[in-house]
This record gives sequence, structure tokens and C-alpha cells, in this order.
Amino acid sequence: MSLASLAHPRQDFSYGFLDAFAKRELRRRMLKAIAIPGFQVPYASRELPIARGWGTGGLQVTLSIVSPTDTLKVIDQGADDSVNAANLRRFIARMTSVATTTDTLAATVIQSRHRVPEERLREGQVLVLQVPDPEPLRQVQPDSSRAREMHADADYAQMWLTLYEQLVRFGRFMQGASYPVLVHGRYLMSPSPIPRWDTPALHQAAHLTLLSAGREKRLYAVPPYTDVRPIEFEDVFFQVENMAGRICMLTGARNKFMDELPVAEGGSQFRLSDTGYAAKLLRRARGDAATLGATYFDDEGHFYQPGVIRAE
Amino acid sequence: MNIEPVTPQPQPHQRRLLPPRLVRQAPLLELRGLSKRYGRIVAVQGVNLELYPGETVGIVGESGSGKSTVLRMLNLEEATDTGTYHLAVPGFTGQNLFALDRFHQRQLRIQQIGIVYQQPHMGLRMQATSGGNVAERLIMAGERRFATLRRAASDALASSEFPADRIDDPPAVLSGGMQQRVQLAKAIALRPALLLLDEPTTGLDVSIQALVLDTLLRLRRERQITTLIVSHDLGVIRTLADRVLVMRHGAVVECGLTDQILDDPQHPYTQQLVSARL
Repeated sequence: MSLASLAHPRQDFSYGFLDAFAKRELRRRMLKAIAIPGFQVPYASRELPIARGWGTGGLQVTLSIVSPTDTLKVIDQGADDSVNAANLRRFIARMTSVATTTDTLAATVIQSRHRVPEERLREGQVLVLQVPDPEPLRQVQPDSSRAREMHADADYAQMWLTLYEQLVRFGRFMQGASYPVLVHGRYLMSPSPIPRWDTPALHQAAHLTLLSAGREKRLYAVPPYTDVRPIEFEDVFFQVENMAGRICMLTGARNKFMDELPVAEGGSQFRLSDTGYAAKLLRRARGDAATLGATYFDDEGHFYQPGVIRAE
Repeated sequence: MNIEPVTPQPQPHQRRLLPPRLVRQAPLLELRGLSKRYGRIVAVQGVNLELYPGETVGIVGESGSGKSTVLRMLNLEEATDTGTYHLAVPGFTGQNLFALDRFHQRQLRIQQIGIVYQQPHMGLRMQATSGGNVAERLIMAGERRFATLRRAASDALASSEFPADRIDDPPAVLSGGMQQRVQLAKAIALRPALLLLDEPTTGLDVSIQALVLDTLLRLRRERQITTLIVSHDLGVIRTLADRVLVMRHGAVVECGLTDQILDDPQHPYTQQLVSARL
């Protein structure tokens, strides 16, 4: 007895798994989120055949925006082939008959967990980020209704107090992934646990970013060409992870976000975190045709928009 | 200090007497008909109060007389039932502060009102550093330069006579007197127009109490901040206050100059309060 024989036939499900009401609600919430950049819009998170916390937020957004003409890329920590990414990709493709790809340039919808692709996204592309905790004020204000009041008042002083405390105690900003950003000069937003490396990619980006937390039932958005500024002081600046001197063991790429792999005799090797980009680099090295897009960071580690990452 | 009106030069032989300062100046703070009920309980009824620039006014009364409630309402922490509240500070002159929206109330509270609570944990973040606690005031007012925050925090802490080498210790590990000094530094960091002290030295032993009072006296002399101090300790009031209000059951029963009230009380309750000894 196979799983396919136990499951309902394909035609028993509505297009994109979610029913029409759910998709309409989600699309309305997304429009509201786009209209108020960085503002967390509550929505009725639906039950899905995967567990909460495994990307149900991003999945619902993707299911309600894809059409059969779209091309989908799903990544998990930069990898296209991890279990989470593979399962989500298969499920979405089965329910929407959307074409899938691992190429960032070919994709129109990219669902991602913890990473933004290395190659620059362009106008018309949609990046859907899975969010475990949408509330950037959680660490300073555990009470969510009080945190909502603080958002309403734009009362973010405590975040800068946190920065002050980190500088006094440790001499640098300690926040790693999920670095809080101020969107359009108004709402403080958690960019989902993307590394600091990816945070500047959201600033004045050509693409639309949708962020959705299924368990917390909140979604928010960064529309194209919107200011996204990481919180920092005017004399002590936000910095991305230092990737200088790290060379990808497979492709020889440098100044990209690397995974660190410990080796048996001590020390570590590095590998490109973005596997789709690495695969294209390898294809080109073999002499096959591969179109490489412009990346957010060039090979010297300079960000493509000057003045976004300020030097000390 | 207000600019004095231009007066004709007096002739050398006839000395011209100016009316007392309090009469010449417009009050900084004007409170009219303040009332507050909690259900059946009347906490405050019909309190009127004026504070003139640079003076210190004390409120005394037994526990439950409504003096702390008045202070909380002056700090705009709590809504009132009736009453008007005017503060002659730039941008807010002539407006009833109780009727402001929460955004402007918050702006005013950050910029113009400093408060020291009896319990330090009400006014401080016990786990953040002392310097950070003071710096938060400036961050709230929009300061985003780390070096400036650091300097302003150490300046404010120095002027409340807090030891410079403990600036990075959290209030949780400080003594009670030190915690009060951090609160005081936080309250005066932005040079507010009005300083509210809610039993600032209660809970400290007598020697530390004297040192904190010394600091308060010096600040009053140097900065001439208009101060309202609430205490049930008549010694504190006598040391600090120019004028005093006596409250009982939410109403003011007597008010006047401190020496006059404490040495020659007219109201039976005040007489009882002044003569009370253990």
C-alpha cells in the first residue's frame, strides 16, 4: 500500500491547497502589510499538512500568490536540497503545478528560511521569508500587547539601550541573525533570522519581501524601494559578518556568506551557503553555460549600494 | 529664571521696595481642582497647587492621604477625573496637560518632568547598567550618538554624586542610597523644568539619608529646578521645602511657608502631625 493510494486524488483539493476564502484573506492581509511597511498584520493562520514552526507562515503566503506561470525556488539556510526546502517545494509544486528551479535569476517567487540569495533580486520577484518570531521587541518587552503599544508610539528607545549595554559590556553589537531594522523610518521589524550579512539586501531593494509567521499568525512586508535601516548609533555602526579571508572549498568564491565546516584535524573549511549560486559557479568552471547575476557583495566584499554599510 | 520687568531707576534717597519674587513671577506649574476616585474611595479631592520657578514645595500627610497619587498624576502616569494642569514650558504653555494626547504627554514627560520614586525598581531597569539607565532618558529624547550618551550619563551621575567607577554596574548590585542617586541622575539628565520626588529618602538609614539630602540641596542651589517633594518625614520637608502643603483624606488642609506651618500649625491635624513623636 503506497502513500499515494491512501491520499486524496489531486482534484479533491482546491488550487494551492488553501480554500478560496483563506487565499482571499491572505491576499488582503498582504496588501495591507505592503501598504504599511514593516507593520505586523494579524491573520488567521490555516492548518497545513506540515507542523507549525516548519515554515507554515511562508508556505501560506506562497500558496496564495503563486500561479501556474510562476517559477518557484525554495531555500533553507541557503540550501535548495535540505529536507525542509525539498518537502515544501514538492508540496507547493504538487498543489499548484508551478515550475521549480534552483536558479535565483529564473525564479519569480522565492520562499526562504534564514537567507536572502547572494544574487541580487530584481523588480517583479517576490521573496517570501519564513519567520519564527515576528516581534523585534520580544527581548525587551515580553508582553505582546504592551509591545504593540510601543510600536504604535514608535517607542524604540529600549532597543538603543540594548545596543548601549552591549557596547559597554562587550565593545560591539552582539545581535547576530535577526538584526532589528527600522522600515521606512517608522516600524521596527525583525527581518526573520537572516544573518546580518543579508540585512542590507533589503534596503532599497527592487523586489518585494513578504515575511510571515504561521505560528504567531502575523505577516509583514517590505515593498520595493523602501528604506530598511539596521539600528545603530551615529558614531558606532552596524557591521555585517566578517567573511574576509574565507574561500569556498568547492568554487573558490570569496566574500560571500560561507558555511563553516569543522575538519577532523582541527580548523575549519568554508563552503558557499547559497547552493544555487555555488552550482552555477561550478557549472561555469566546468565550461558549461551558466548565467551569473550581479551579487549583493562583490568579490572584494563591497556592498553594491555605497553608504549603506558605513565604515568605522 | 524669568526676566524682571524694567522698572524706573529709584531715586537714591527713596528706596523702592519690590514685591516678593513669588508675587512678581508667573507660576511654572498650576494645578486646579484635581480630583480622583478609585470606585467608592476618594483618593484626591479638589487639590489646587502652584509652583513658582526655582522653588521647592513639600507635600506632607499620613499614608493614604493621596500625596503620592497627586505626584503620579502630575507625572501624567495616571488619568484624573477632574482638574486642569498647566506647565509654563516651551511648546506647552496654556495647554491643559491632562487633555493632551498620549504622544504629547510622553514627549512632555521625557523632556520636562523628572521623577524619583521611593522604590528604585519603579524608576530603574535593575539589570541594565547605571550609565545605561541614565542614557535611556537621552535616547528617548532622540539622542543617537554613543559618545554623547556616555558623556551625558557620566555627567549626570557625577552631579548626583555617584562614584564614577561604578557607572557600569547595574542598580541591582548597588546599595539603596546609590540606587536613589542613579534615579536622581536619570531624572535630571535632560535638565527638566519640574522635578518630582516621591519619598526619595524613605527606606535609607539616617546617615545615607543625610548625604542624599545634601545632594538634593546642592542640586537645588546649583540648578534651581522647581521641585515638588512628597514625604511623611517632616525633617526632610524642613530641610528642603520652601513651602509646604498638608494633605489629609485626599484634600489639602493647610498650606504655607515651611517654618510657619511646622512651627505654628493652625489646623488640628497639622498640630497633631507636628507634635507626633514615637
